Amino acid sequence: MSLEQAVLYFFCACALAGGVLMLLARHPMRVALALIAVMLSLAGVYAMVGVHVVAVFQVLIYVGAVMVFMVYVIMLLDLRDPSFLERYGRLLVPALLLGTLLVGALGMSATRLGGAAARAAPSYLIQPFSAEFLHSYWLHFELTSVLLLAAVVAAIAVIKSGRRNDG
Amino acid sequence: MADLQLLLWLSIVLFALGLVGVMIRRNALVLLMCMELMLNAVILALVTFSLKTATLSGTVLVFLIFVVAAAEIAIAIPIVLQLSRQRRSLDVAGYDSLKG
Repeated sequence: MSLEQAVLYFFCACALAGGVLMLLARHPMRVALALIAVMLSLAGVYAMVGVHVVAVFQVLIYVGAVMVFMVYVIMLLDLRDPSFLERYGRLLVPALLLGTLLVGALGMSATRLGGAAARAAPSYLIQPFSAEFLHSYWLHFELTSVLLLAAVVAAIAVIKSGRRNDG
Repeated sequence: MADLQLLLWLSIVLFALGLVGVMIRRNALVLLMCMELMLNAVILALVTFSLKTATLSGTVLVFLIFVVAAAEIAIAIPIVLQLSRQRRSLDVAGYDSLKG
């Protein structure tokens, strides 16, 4: 087993361990930290298979923006309520059964695909990606800015309507 | 085991963990985070398949999904904030009056 393979396995194991920790941790802050660990390990996986663009976006957007926002909200809402003290609802056993069934069903179809060694072509490097992205997909790129603007307006509208109901 | 299989299995297991988390946890914020875990697993599957077909459009699609995920969390967090302000709780069992 080469060193690259070993590092890939290490990151996969870290992602799995973080996912299991997310189900076991009690406080939302620990769940958030476990999720950040999962995301960083996935970024490592992407980097190891050669998709550097996605690895960079994973760290910048997910860990840098989404999870920082999430951690901020957890600190803002540090209420003492039953959802902190009791981790699990009533659906514990059926959910675990469904989860194992899902893994079995999807895994059967995945093994049928057969596997080649996943290594990215050189076109996945930053420079060819950016040229292709801004050349062929510039309209989609501009449309995402419209989507983000709509999201900002919607977030402000949700907050405003809540204030009106309170008063 | 080949890399492609390994990545697919990782994505399947992470997706199942996220689904189980959405079903069993009680805290609304933890539910949101488990949804993020499911989305991450799906993105991993997308990257794996785009490696298999060796096309660049998969990577572009991943970038667009990242933007959509950022927009989604920017809407979801204010909704959770409003819910917790009205019910004084983050427990999803207390939100049962939202049933249609």
